[in-house]
Amino acid sequence: MAAWRDAPELPDFSLLKRLARDQLIFLLEQLPGKKDLFIDADLMSPLDRIANVTILKQHEVDKLYKVELKPIVSSSDQLCFLIRPRIQTVKWISDLVNADKVAGRFRRYKIIFTPQKFYACETVLEEQGVYGDVTTDEWNFYILPLDDDILSLELPEFFRDNFLEGDQRWVTTAGSALHLLQSVYGSFSKVYGIGRCAKMVYESWRELMEEGEQRTRQPEFAKVFLVDRDVDFVTPLCSQVVYEGLVDDLFRIKCGSVEFGPDVTSSDKSIKVMLNSQDKVFSEIRNEHFSNVFGFLSQKAKNLQTAYDKRRGMDIQQMKAFVSDELKGLKQEHRLLSLHIGASESMMKKKTKQDFQELLKTEHSLLEGFEIRECITYIEEHINRQVSMIDSLRLLCLLSITENGLLSKDYRSLKAQYLQSYGIKHLLTFANLRQLGLLEEQQAGETLTVMESKVGKLVNDKTVGKLTDAFSSLAKKSNFRALSKRLALVPKSGEEYDLRVPRDMAYVFSGAYIPLSCKLIEQVLERDGWTGLEEVTRMLNGQEFAVTEARNKTDAQRIVLVMFLGGCTFSEISALRFLGKERGCRFIVVTTAITNSARLLEALLDNHA
Amino acid sequence: MTTLEDGTGVCSKGPGNRERSSLRLQQAFITQNEADSSVTVWQSHLICLNFFKTSSQARRRPCFSLNRKIELYEMGWNLKDGLRECLVAAAPYGGPISLLKGHNRRSPSARPQLEIYSSSGLPLASFPWKSGVVKQLGWTVSDDLLCVQEDGTVLVYDLLGGFKRHFSMGNEVSQSQVLETKIFHSPYGTGVAILTGALRFTLATNIDDIKLRRLPEVPGLQGAPSCWAVLTQDRQSKVLVANGSHLFILDNTACTPVTPPGLSPQASSIVHMCVSFSYKYLALLTDSGHVWMGTSNLKEKLSEVDTKIKTPPKQMAWCRRPKSQQPSAVVMWDGLLIVVGECKETIQYHLDDDSILVPELDGVRIISGTHHELLQEVPGACEEIFKIASMAPGALLLEAHKEYEKESQKADEYLREIKEQSLLSEAVRQCVEAAGHEHEPETQKTLLRAASFGKCFLSNFPPEQFVSMCRDLRVLNAVRDYTVGIPLTHTQFKQMTVQVLIDRLVYRKLYPLAIEICRYLKTPEYQGVSRVLKHWACYKVQQKEESDEVIAKAVSVKLADAAGIFYSEIATKAYESGRTELAIKLLEFEPRSGEQVPLLLKMKKSPLALSKAIESGDTDLVYTVVMYLKNELNRGDFFMMLRNQPVALSLYKQFCKHQEQDTLKDLFNQDDDHEELGNLYVKASYKEQRLEARIALLQSAVDEYYKAKNEFSAKTTEDEMRLLRFQRKLEEEKGELLVGFSLHDTMTTLLSVGLHKHAEQLYKDFRVPDKRFWWLKLKSLAEKEDWEELEKFGKSKKSPIGYLPFVEVCIKHHNKYEAKKYVSKVTPEQKVKAHLAVGDMEGAAEAAIERRNESEISTVLSRCSATTDHLLMERLNRAKATAVKK
Repeated sequence: MAAWRDAPELPDFSLLKRLARDQLIFLLEQLPGKKDLFIDADLMSPLDRIANVTILKQHEVDKLYKVELKPIVSSSDQLCFLIRPRIQTVKWISDLVNADKVAGRFRRYKIIFTPQKFYACETVLEEQGVYGDVTTDEWNFYILPLDDDILSLELPEFFRDNFLEGDQRWVTTAGSALHLLQSVYGSFSKVYGIGRCAKMVYESWRELMEEGEQRTRQPEFAKVFLVDRDVDFVTPLCSQVVYEGLVDDLFRIKCGSVEFGPDVTSSDKSIKVMLNSQDKVFSEIRNEHFSNVFGFLSQKAKNLQTAYDKRRGMDIQQMKAFVSDELKGLKQEHRLLSLHIGASESMMKKKTKQDFQELLKTEHSLLEGFEIRECITYIEEHINRQVSMIDSLRLLCLLSITENGLLSKDYRSLKAQYLQSYGIKHLLTFANLRQLGLLEEQQAGETLTVMESKVGKLVNDKTVGKLTDAFSSLAKKSNFRALSKRLALVPKSGEEYDLRVPRDMAYVFSGAYIPLSCKLIEQVLERDGWTGLEEVTRMLNGQEFAVTEARNKTDAQRIVLVMFLGGCTFSEISALRFLGKERGCRFIVVTTAITNSARLLEALLDNHA
Repeated sequence: MTTLEDGTGVCSKGPGNRERSSLRLQQAFITQNEADSSVTVWQSHLICLNFFKTSSQARRRPCFSLNRKIELYEMGWNLKDGLRECLVAAAPYGGPISLLKGHNRRSPSARPQLEIYSSSGLPLASFPWKSGVVKQLGWTVSDDLLCVQEDGTVLVYDLLGGFKRHFSMGNEVSQSQVLETKIFHSPYGTGVAILTGALRFTLATNIDDIKLRRLPEVPGLQGAPSCWAVLTQDRQSKVLVANGSHLFILDNTACTPVTPPGLSPQASSIVHMCVSFSYKYLALLTDSGHVWMGTSNLKEKLSEVDTKIKTPPKQMAWCRRPKSQQPSAVVMWDGLLIVVGECKETIQYHLDDDSILVPELDGVRIISGTHHELLQEVPGACEEIFKIASMAPGALLLEAHKEYEKESQKADEYLREIKEQSLLSEAVRQCVEAAGHEHEPETQKTLLRAASFGKCFLSNFPPEQFVSMCRDLRVLNAVRDYTVGIPLTHTQFKQMTVQVLIDRLVYRKLYPLAIEICRYLKTPEYQGVSRVLKHWACYKVQQKEESDEVIAKAVSVKLADAAGIFYSEIATKAYESGRTELAIKLLEFEPRSGEQVPLLLKMKKSPLALSKAIESGDTDLVYTVVMYLKNELNRGDFFMMLRNQPVALSLYKQFCKHQEQDTLKDLFNQDDDHEELGNLYVKASYKEQRLEARIALLQSAVDEYYKAKNEFSAKTTEDEMRLLRFQRKLEEEKGELLVGFSLHDTMTTLLSVGLHKHAEQLYKDFRVPDKRFWWLKLKSLAEKEDWEELEKFGKSKKSPIGYLPFVEVCIKHHNKYEAKKYVSKVTPEQKVKAHLAVGDMEGAAEAAIERRNESEISTVLSRCSATTDHLLMERLNRAKATAVKK
């Protein structure tokens, strides 16, 4: 990556994988002898990145099963469960143990909770009367490095638990993750953050810091920025148009790899591809706006052809050298190239259609605040035609956030129509969206705003509640439109925006909008704090902080760790990479999970609980 | 992560340091084993024999290592009868000594007295023994006293005589009584092995984690075996037992007969055996007076010596240094001590008094009623330097220094001699090492001075060894002091580590000394000063005579600036000694609320605990308290308490969602949260299979929604109920699967199977917007390719969605012909699109030009192909130009 020539080197995160693997092996060895291993479905992919089946087999894992919450068929005398600390799963295990007891069968059970054990889980074991029958352990697998600059906690439920259910159990997990990074890669000199959760994470991390022994070693990154997802809901709700984001929206990238179906591979089977900086083709197009990708790929194809063509007119010696040195690389590149061309073709088919153009147009109008009536009509039609359950919901939310809630009339009619299309169960979905402040009715007094629900959790006194009520409805007046103006998130319309030579982070949304989260980061880093942003933070409901831990002038100053609590999108990562390139620094993104509009909204549906 | 990185070495913040010390010591055992196996040549042929072997036949290769006996202390105790009639146990590593006088006395009038002394004989504790008959005393790796009673109960005391706990060695033992007991140390901790009256062995390898193992029977055992010992081999504790001349190894599963290689045949019985400190070597004494020495796996014989004494000895012990190659064991009879080695000769010492042998890592301590001595093989460096007429570089350096002190030029000569052989650094090293092995501070000083002197003539000699030896010696001399009484050798000290030494000092409550040592050795605060202070504080809070305020103040003042102190641990101690108020006071100093909560709960301060937990922001902690309260309080009080703590309440609701739906209902009811109740019912309705029940649940939801004044939800829910009934009716009538579909899906299904009337009924009944209905009908007709009906429908009235969708839907189903029918009906704004959709370029161009719309013209242009639509393009371009002008 030539453009980042003067940017600092990133630390080596494979160390984290090795630590996790060693600990897992240690834990498996604690249960000597052959055993069957049950793994939580959503741990399968992350586990695969840490320790593959061969390693597990080496440590006497006999058979591997996915946790399906159904009765099991296993003949092994030792069962080991590798799970997230969820009450449901623990209940299932308890039932299993009790069933064995009834059948008079004796086995050894071991539960390995990752990343940590929760008391509630132990309570379930106790209540079900199996506490003494199972042994429990913790696998402190906090962070999975997805790429050179992306670290993931792989906790998609963080978002719902923390922001919707008000369950802060994962806060300590996030704090521990930071602590782990700090103990391995050195301490940070500055910490900035915004959001209630960010603040709590910082507190929990600080406590760990004080508890543990300080290691004085040269830090590998110096600044940390913590940001809550609910500070910026607009960005994840927008359609992604940067290549990596589009791949995620369309094919769903799972744990750094994607499965391309037959329509992409132009064969009858699917292919699983790892998407990271190791993939030479992908690493060059991942951050590009989609409209450039095709041109780039065809250029690449031509180059490849020339490289192949070189062999014409070669003598034997040269040919030998060519075959041994270059051919393999070319073949590999060829394979990847054809895959990505296939993928972008399939995207083209879907995304250049009229529908998608109109969808984008509507989104952009919403962001700019133009022709809102038309947008509402469009959304209505979208709902009526049952185009897509999630997309409709997404547009509704976007409309509500950008407009500070819907007019009562619109709200009711759109909601009624939505329910007609997709069923009454979404009454619960709407309740959730309202609680999060994603979809609200413009009516003072009745609606529960984000702020109020937050304050409500802290203060229970009725009168204070009323006060905040009045207060928050005042504060609510501004929000997105004002923020957008203040931070110049939406460039002036009418100007041509050359997507090939992006001039700011807005390119990730076709030049229509600079992601709020990234803009905040840019501003704070520029000002080295929140001074001058008072009005902005007030509009974002405050909760900002900046702490100086230590002063040290090293190259590390130019590596910034950004932690998204509640998930971040690929578009945001691309925007940050762009910002880094501009500023000669590099960003490392730590996120509780990679998210996008669909994942975000699906987490708020209420069909699974 | 620490476990991964540091292995067993450091326990992060365990419940106490007792564990830590035992871990360290276990580690010491492990490394000890390794040390033994590495081979360094003990250059025995160099030994100057006249040092102590006067009567030997000096022709042959001398086969004795040099031994020395150092007097450690003159015992400070005043024992009337010496050690006679006493049960005695002394801990290794210069640990404490316990005595139980008259342990066989059973009458309550004359209770035996249990006394604990330091190694120098200073009393640490003394109390009358009121429990059962004690068979054996022993010490654990963490300096706790074990008293094994006849009935198999083991009582644990700390070294100041405080009772800690007791445990039993099992029913079988208590029934058949204890015959003999051995207490042993292994890498897994301190173990107890018992031979019961039923002649079976029961074994616990680690008394801190008791797992009793009953070993297999020994065949042919009629009475008590002649002798036995515990071995640690292959990560397992085994018992080696001798029955007459037969030898067996007992492990978990089997009893295996073994024969020591080369045991002289005249023996008819093995009367005594001992295992070396490292479990690597074994010595057997036969009734013929022969001592057989070999490896403990019985694969190799090292030597066999005839002691010429046939009476059974009192005690036998190995006496060898790590890395030494010479086997050397000590056998003790009344008044006689014999050292046996590799050759036929033995060394004899006369003992004045009843004594006991305490095997150590690098020698044997001999404790008698008056004296405390250390018998050990002379360390290599000391021998090199001090043997007579030694020409070793160390010896020369020492000499050189002596001359230098006398200001004699001979110093130079000696120095030259060393330097010529370029052995000066070796000389310095020898002096430093020898200083480490000397007990007399004066000798230490002389040697260190010599080393320092030699160092002056070396340019780049690394100073670490010298410096650390000086430090170590200072510490060692301090703890060897008569008042402290821990006679550690340097080898033992290195093996034991500073941390463990600190622990030992802490057990003896020698806090100031411990802190001084930590500061002097610059031990990191966490392992050093803070740890000691914590122990001090824990001790302090148990002092009943002082008031809460005074203690709390004293503790906080002392601990103020120490890092890594857990006030909660100290508070726990305070609570355990019955001082709740003091505990609460101390908890106030604890900055981590997470640490406060468990103790507060234990002290039944639940409201305080709950608010502290919430303050900490740690959900898991809040759960801990909530679950505790749930079991502790009655339901009403519990709910009331939650009500005042919204965070806790919301968490509990989470829990209930998965575990107790009914409780959740009660909670919402209590709060009059009708909205949530409604949602709850709606959710429940989806889990319900039977339609009636489902509708009933929805009805409840409707009621709740009305109560919540949420008319919208109530109406929608009512609609849903109507829809469900309608769906079921139709299902019954027409056999179409409908129940559970959304309104939209229901209508789609109805239209697709041709039930237009019913669809229309829904359209009217549920006030479906016209647009939606038109879309629906349009799609479903096109789906069925019922173009006739579609046309009729299109003409039925003016389309609320316009006619462009008609065009598009037809095209989607590849019917251009039908599509064209609707193009004319499309509104002017959408004309271009419509024309383009059916592929009519001319029409599109026409419409665009007519509307003089620049962007539309461009759109058409972009769709034209240069070859076929040449003329059209020209026209468009012209029109565009005019449009732009305007």
